[in-house]
Amino acid sequence: MSLPLIVLLPFIGAPLAALTIRAGRNACAGTAFAFSLGAFALLLSHLPDVLQGEPIEAGWSWLPSLGLDLDFRLDGLGLLFALLILGIGLLIIVYARFYLSGRDPMGSFMAYLLAFQGAMLGIVLADNVLLLLVFWELTSLSSFLLIGYWKHLPEGRQGARMALTVTAAGGLAMIAGMLILGDVAESYRLSDILQQGEAIRSSPHYLPALLLILAGCFSKSAQFPFHFWLPHAMAAPTPVSAYLHSATMVKAGVFLLARLWPVLAGTDAWFYLVATTGLVTMLAGALIALFKDDLKAVLAYSTVSHLGLVTMLLGFGTPMAALAAVFHVLNHASFKAALFMIAGIVDHEAGTRDIRRLGGLAQGMPIAATLALVAGASMAGVPPLNGFLSKEMMLQEATLADWAGNGWLVAALATLAACLSVAYSLRFVIHVFFGRPRAVLAQHPHDPPAGMWLPPALLVVLVVAIGLMPSALAGALVAAAASAVTGGELPAHELALWHGFNPALGLSALALLSGLVLLKAYRSARASWSAGPHPQAKAMFDAVIDYVVDLARTITQGLHNGSLQRQLAFAVGAVVVLGFGTFLTTPYEAGERATLPAEPVAVVGWLLLLAATGAVLALHRNRLLALVIVGVIGLIVSLGFAYLSAPDLALTQIAVEVVTVILLLLALAHLPRHTPREPGWLRRLRDAGLAVAAGLGAGGAVWAMMTREFETLSGYYLEQSVPGGGGANVVNVILVDFRGFDTFGEITVLGIAALAIFALLDRGAPSAHGALPVVPPAQEAPYSLMMAVAMRIMLALSIVVGAFIFLRGHNAPGGGFVAGLVVAIALALQYMAHGMRWADTHLRIDYHTPIGWGVVVAATTGVGAWLAGHPFLTSTVWHLDVPMVGEVHVASAMFFDTGVFLVVVGATLLALTSLARLRSGGGGARQPGSAGAAARKEA
Amino acid sequence: MEFLVASSVGVLTAAGVYLLLRAHTFPVVLGLTLLSYATNVYLFATGRLAINAPPLIDEQVARYTDPLPQALVLTAIVISFGMTALLVVMALRSWSASGDDHVDGGQAAPGTAPEDRR
Repeated sequence: MSLPLIVLLPFIGAPLAALTIRAGRNACAGTAFAFSLGAFALLLSHLPDVLQGEPIEAGWSWLPSLGLDLDFRLDGLGLLFALLILGIGLLIIVYARFYLSGRDPMGSFMAYLLAFQGAMLGIVLADNVLLLLVFWELTSLSSFLLIGYWKHLPEGRQGARMALTVTAAGGLAMIAGMLILGDVAESYRLSDILQQGEAIRSSPHYLPALLLILAGCFSKSAQFPFHFWLPHAMAAPTPVSAYLHSATMVKAGVFLLARLWPVLAGTDAWFYLVATTGLVTMLAGALIALFKDDLKAVLAYSTVSHLGLVTMLLGFGTPMAALAAVFHVLNHASFKAALFMIAGIVDHEAGTRDIRRLGGLAQGMPIAATLALVAGASMAGVPPLNGFLSKEMMLQEATLADWAGNGWLVAALATLAACLSVAYSLRFVIHVFFGRPRAVLAQHPHDPPAGMWLPPALLVVLVVAIGLMPSALAGALVAAAASAVTGGELPAHELALWHGFNPALGLSALALLSGLVLLKAYRSARASWSAGPHPQAKAMFDAVIDYVVDLARTITQGLHNGSLQRQLAFAVGAVVVLGFGTFLTTPYEAGERATLPAEPVAVVGWLLLLAATGAVLALHRNRLLALVIVGVIGLIVSLGFAYLSAPDLALTQIAVEVVTVILLLLALAHLPRHTPREPGWLRRLRDAGLAVAAGLGAGGAVWAMMTREFETLSGYYLEQSVPGGGGANVVNVILVDFRGFDTFGEITVLGIAALAIFALLDRGAPSAHGALPVVPPAQEAPYSLMMAVAMRIMLALSIVVGAFIFLRGHNAPGGGFVAGLVVAIALALQYMAHGMRWADTHLRIDYHTPIGWGVVVAATTGVGAWLAGHPFLTSTVWHLDVPMVGEVHVASAMFFDTGVFLVVVGATLLALTSLARLRSGGGGARQPGSAGAAARKEA
Repeated sequence: MEFLVASSVGVLTAAGVYLLLRAHTFPVVLGLTLLSYATNVYLFATGRLAINAPPLIDEQVARYTDPLPQALVLTAIVISFGMTALLVVMALRSWSASGDDHVDGGQAAPGTAPEDRR
């Protein structure tokens, strides 16, 4: 349990740190410190076991069907990294408390920092690759927030974006690689995968997986050619740089290389890809670092170089090289975090980080100068500091490496990089703290408060102590971590300051001397460097991003230029291509289900339908005529439903047909009556081709389906309709009971559609363009008395019919939908017969109300079932004994159907009256007195 | 019988798609209506065809057609009314706003984004 808690504690602390800022900066930093400390203490409690070689495991099952479990595992490698993450994290929290100014929002800083810390711990402790990927992405996100913490600085925002783009893109590649890995190993559990080294290396998917995973690791660890984002991320506050870019985030890529070393390392591909990339990065980073003037830029490129060193060692693929890599991770974190903090101190005190303007700071700030001297010397690889130990081990391994037959190439280049490293490290120390001041500084520099120099001082103590007593202090930890990397026994070794005279010692001495010489000749070296070409990574990155954006825009606009016709043609075309493509590439067998005989009446209906459809196509430019013919088609369809044993559908279709035709007629009053002929027969031919293909496809598919046997789940509905739903009309019972939830959704959609129509037409629909004809008030109500009286009688009759259809709906064709439509039509007829104004004053119904109530009634019925302890919309049947009438069945579904009824009435009439009102001059017609005035004004 | 239904679906689909691809609003609305008919009949046909077998439970009757597609189609009919209404009202608004009955709210040159036209 305590193992997952190590990861969780920072995440719990993050929001609390953001809250406690209200109690002051000390409370906020204190909260963050307390949570990190708690995690650190938990980690230390596991230290003895892990150092003895007994990994700790804990976790829960999360999504076992996907192989994603919350499994955590703490072994030597995880322990080393977790110690770095939490140990340096604690120092950073103290340092940041004094570094951030009063204007910086510390609450969000600590929250981001803790979230990042938790994500990093998740990476190093996860025992499931999918879980690891989740944490991996979380570090990208939280580091984005940290790098862009100074939101007002454009460099900060750009740097954060660049870091996120590069590392997240690498993360995507890594997801693919990990999935392949998990697929080959048949498990996403990391400790299982690590057992499958042989199988994975011999799998044909090894190389793709390796390339993808390396893309993720190299981008995260800023390896060439992805190194360019790291220097730009230096726009972050210095505590962030010290934490993310020395000890943690950039080490995540290296960590993963080490973690997967047992399964991926040991092949030629691994050696040439990883070791070469590391070597090139080490050299390039060191070279650029020498000629940077910003202290943090020097450190950034130096970090790139040192990460390259570790990558190269892991790439060698030998256990001793892996041991050296692990050792250097520890050493680099200690001296580099200290140096970053010192750079922050210099920036803070001197007001600049430009080496060309600094010098002689040792006078004012002796403590910082001492710390910089020791940490810088360790970075340079000066004995007896810890940087010397691991660098010498690196040189020793480099002499053993054989690059394509060249036994000396790697060693020579590594020595060159070491020489450059000496030069830039000493430049960092000497040009800043010693010599004479080079420029007049705005403020007189002096040592910072103890809160800022104590954290780096602690690290510097570690640098010296590990250097002097490597075996006693770090031996066990490094051995545990290294054996976790190699997954087996380590060769005999000893971490020691003195190994006797060997080639590595000679190379070390050579590097030190030549580095000193190089620094002496810095001016001329700088001149020749300035003369050479300097490819600007940011410009290239921006150009690539711009190009990609342009490409995406071109493609998008090519496909989707805002034309509805083109979009629809693409959509239909895609369906046609997919459908016919599948049909033509798979074997087809004719169905064997017996067909029904075609009776003459059906053939007549069919002929009518064909003729009517043809007429619509031929006459569609005459809109009124086309609408009438479409109404005829709807009638034939509803007759077809009636013929084919679907009386409910027939009733609904015919009612909807009436309403639709009324609605379209109303709309047509305001739209042009004729459609102009479209130019371009080619376009028409293309559309006709698409249409014929779509028709053939749809007709053929439905034919193929109907000539095949099928299985249905309707047996249940047919059996349960009467006993379970209390109704003989199975269709209605399905609607209001079995699948009531669907119906509930559908009436909601219908209500929303009606409200949208109302909203579209309510506000000033007759526009200033004068496009909508406004009918003068005198012509507004040319109605016939005969019709008006007849319709009033019809209203009463229709409501009775509606009630009848509604009530019988549960047992015979009918129900809420049809009844609602019938009543809506009856009401709409009043508007037609009397005119809007009469109807408005006499009917006085606001149709929003029934829509709202309908949904409420339907929902209440459903919720009622909860009260009885049943799921939403479970129906009940009550048997009531009514005097005189006898026993009456009342199903709760009837209340639900009432809701349906209300929504249908409201929605239909809201749509119709919103349209009809346009005629009398928009919303003004609601007040009869003002309607004429409004209309006149517009006329 | 099955052939009649299948060919009707095909013809209605073809006519609906052709009208849907027209450049002016009202034919598009009619096209959508025809396509709705075709789709509803298609969906209905998934329960296969039966004559004189309505799904009304009666103790004397042993044969019923499949009620489930009917229930699905019933709501689909009502919803397609709602969508047709919304579409025609949008056509109306577009016409009143731009003074043009074209589906793209004006015969703008291809390649310009809708907000650029005015």
